[in-house]
Amino acid sequence: MTDKYAQLVNHGIGKKVATQVGLPRPPRLRRYEPGQELLEGPAAVGGIGQSPVTQTVAAVIKASGGAVVDAAADTTYADKPAAVVFDATAARTLKELEELRAAVGPAVKALGRCGRVILIGTPPDELADAEAAAAQQALEGIMRSIGKELRAGGTANLIWLQGEARGDSAALAAPLRFLLSSRSAYVSGQPVRVVAGDVPEVDDWQTPLKGEVAVITGAARGIGADIAHVFARAGANVIAVDIPAAGDALAKVANGIGAVALQLDITSVDAGERIAQAVARVGDHLDVIVHNAGITRDKLFVNTDADRWGSVIDVNLAAQFRINKVLLDPATKGGLKDGGRIVAVASTSGIGGNRGQANYAASKAGVMGMVRQLSKNLADRHITVNAVAPGFIETEMTSKIPLATREVGRRINSLLQGGQPVDVGETIAFFAEPGSAGVTGQVLRVCGQSQLGA
Amino acid sequence: MSQRDAYVIGGNRIPFARSGGKYLKASNQDLLTTTIEGLVARFGLGGERLGEVVAGAVIKHSRDFNLTREAVLGSHLDPHTPAYDIQQACGTGLEAAILVANKIRLGQIESGIAGGSDTTSDAPLAVNDDLRKTLMKVNYAKTPQQRLKALAKIRPGQLAPEQPKNAEPRTGLAMGDHQAITTKEWGITREAQDELAVRSHQNLAAAYDRGFFDDLVTPYLGLTRDNNLRADSTVEKLAKLKPAFGKGDPAATMTAANSTPLTDGASAVLLGSQEWAQERGLTPLARFVDGEAAAVDYVHGDEGLLMAPPYAIARLLKRNNLSLQDFDFYEFHEAFASTVLCHLAALESPEFCKQRLGLDEPLGPIDRDKLNVNGSSLAAGHPFAATGGRIVASLAKMLHEKGSGRGLISICAAGGQGVAAILEATA
Repeated sequence: MTDKYAQLVNHGIGKKVATQVGLPRPPRLRRYEPGQELLEGPAAVGGIGQSPVTQTVAAVIKASGGAVVDAAADTTYADKPAAVVFDATAARTLKELEELRAAVGPAVKALGRCGRVILIGTPPDELADAEAAAAQQALEGIMRSIGKELRAGGTANLIWLQGEARGDSAALAAPLRFLLSSRSAYVSGQPVRVVAGDVPEVDDWQTPLKGEVAVITGAARGIGADIAHVFARAGANVIAVDIPAAGDALAKVANGIGAVALQLDITSVDAGERIAQAVARVGDHLDVIVHNAGITRDKLFVNTDADRWGSVIDVNLAAQFRINKVLLDPATKGGLKDGGRIVAVASTSGIGGNRGQANYAASKAGVMGMVRQLSKNLADRHITVNAVAPGFIETEMTSKIPLATREVGRRINSLLQGGQPVDVGETIAFFAEPGSAGVTGQVLRVCGQSQLGA
Repeated sequence: MSQRDAYVIGGNRIPFARSGGKYLKASNQDLLTTTIEGLVARFGLGGERLGEVVAGAVIKHSRDFNLTREAVLGSHLDPHTPAYDIQQACGTGLEAAILVANKIRLGQIESGIAGGSDTTSDAPLAVNDDLRKTLMKVNYAKTPQQRLKALAKIRPGQLAPEQPKNAEPRTGLAMGDHQAITTKEWGITREAQDELAVRSHQNLAAAYDRGFFDDLVTPYLGLTRDNNLRADSTVEKLAKLKPAFGKGDPAATMTAANSTPLTDGASAVLLGSQEWAQERGLTPLARFVDGEAAAVDYVHGDEGLLMAPPYAIARLLKRNNLSLQDFDFYEFHEAFASTVLCHLAALESPEFCKQRLGLDEPLGPIDRDKLNVNGSSLAAGHPFAATGGRIVASLAKMLHEKGSGRGLISICAAGGQGVAAILEATA
């Protein structure tokens, strides 16, 4: 699961040669460790007009221990900024885009290693005026282009702040912190929509899941094991679920993080009940369910059969419906609490399709459809429903892809490398944290701004 | 100290593997540690200090003198958890459970793990006795001359290692050959033995298929099911086998299929008081009611080597004021199909019950549909010390699923011994 090319061109003689010949050098990404500073340098913060959002941004960064400098036109930065955050929520004319360019340009140019560019806008669909909508939609194009221009592990993302949320500083804090932090190392080129939410006070943003009960399916290996690790690190009591045949690996994961192992086939009829029973043993109710378990049974669409087709859709999608139904029943002891979190795992294959994976893409696209509708259905219970869509992630599974295909998958993204399983785990944990109450119905790609499915 | 109830909360085992196969490179300590780790993961016991862990192995290296304690130290349990080894041949696992349950009942401990492990793939090979004596002399020699003189006594014949034997030290007979005598005495037919063996395989396979073992077994080294299990076993297939024990007797009936093979594996059972379970949100599966061990004089007492269980059962029933028919499940360890059949015949026999057990009435027949309903050792295999834990955990789960009733466990052991126990569903 190592990226040998990246190692070669980043060390010793290989680095020298690669630099001289002009070979692309995948940067080493800054990743989260407990106790890590939010940013390695000051954040340059600016905005259009006198928007309260700009003040919120500065306040959140300061409260998280970061320094803030003014991102204004023609600024020369004494210290390399670690981030640029620009609040364009008030932009209503195309002329104002020049203000953005003038202010953000110098800051992006001065940006340090693994820098962050975050634009904040108003969702265009909220704006009746066509020019205002155009100005806002332009932000997405700007953000995606900056993402592709950034080097040295930099990422660019966009937060669409919806109506009420613009006056609700609490709803913005967690998404902003996530996108600024190294937890979002492999998230780039993505828009995230934030609405006003019921955001509680969090004692420590580094352990936001303290005391919460989280169920993670498919936790024995690969991405699932890393999700479990991230959740345990964030303070959650984890119930790690996987099929009985993977029980030995599951026990190792569970014991490594003080979790409970539940050997369970999620497609069995009583899966939901058995999960609820396990939850009831650990606490009163479930705070988070992460539907991560998934399988592939690849075959060209015209050659596939009912078995391959059905099993993938059953494991990757249908099982989630059955389990959710039980966990969402208020009568279920150990069911999901109001204000709880459902997080599913989609895939860039579900967005862009993939040769030989019609069944898999169906299930993963289906996950996205489910997330978007279920989030609306559960809004009155303050339950958020989101999905991550991993791109090329370095796992045991992807290490078996033939070399040429694997290299293409790895390199055709803005960060020139595959993501790590932990990157998916970090994004899921972000959805799960109490501060993300305003994030729902979202599918967030963890793909290093891959061109696949874009 | 007041007496209270002890409960079986759950269990874990690894799939049992035929010796010399999948677990060839695993030691007893590997097997036991892995099994305890699976139990720790299942019940979230990481960092937890338990009252004690009791386990053992029948075939054991001298270096494994502290096998159980070492397994605890290699697990995620709190290292302040004490442990000790016991050994009562095939009764080890069940005896361990009785010991832990008794301490809980006495209020000495709140929780504990009882288990056992055995592997004949990692059997200790000792230097033979002649060589050992010579080497001891070398060790105690005071001068180089004495040492050389002692070393000169080594002969090629002494270099052959002494292998552990599956035979009774006092009779030199293999266990199977002992049982062959008893089988003949009780007139147990080949057909009856083969039928019992086939049913064991079918029951175990069905239990796996319906997910019964999903929360009782954790895979190990690529095995997800006991690899002795033959789901397609039939009486016709078994009828073709040649006898393996009682050879030389044209009427010999015991074959490789109606006898358990040498097997590697380990099991562990979690026991605790009601309060301990409640504090952790755990559901007690069954109450550990009582246990009894018995032994027979098979050397000069005219009793079969493996005939102690009926004696243990009779005393256990009497003490608990129960009849043999008061049970919903019978878990009779299948050392050999004929062992179980001899025990059943003995319990039904007026002569045996009167003359040997001193009872006015025979204990009577049991409903055979309640016997080993999820398979037993003929199908699963029999890693000596691990069988007790396998049975206790499975029976507790069966009682919990049923929601009522009682189960009787019976295990025969080398040295003319037998251990029996009663479990009862929690109300």
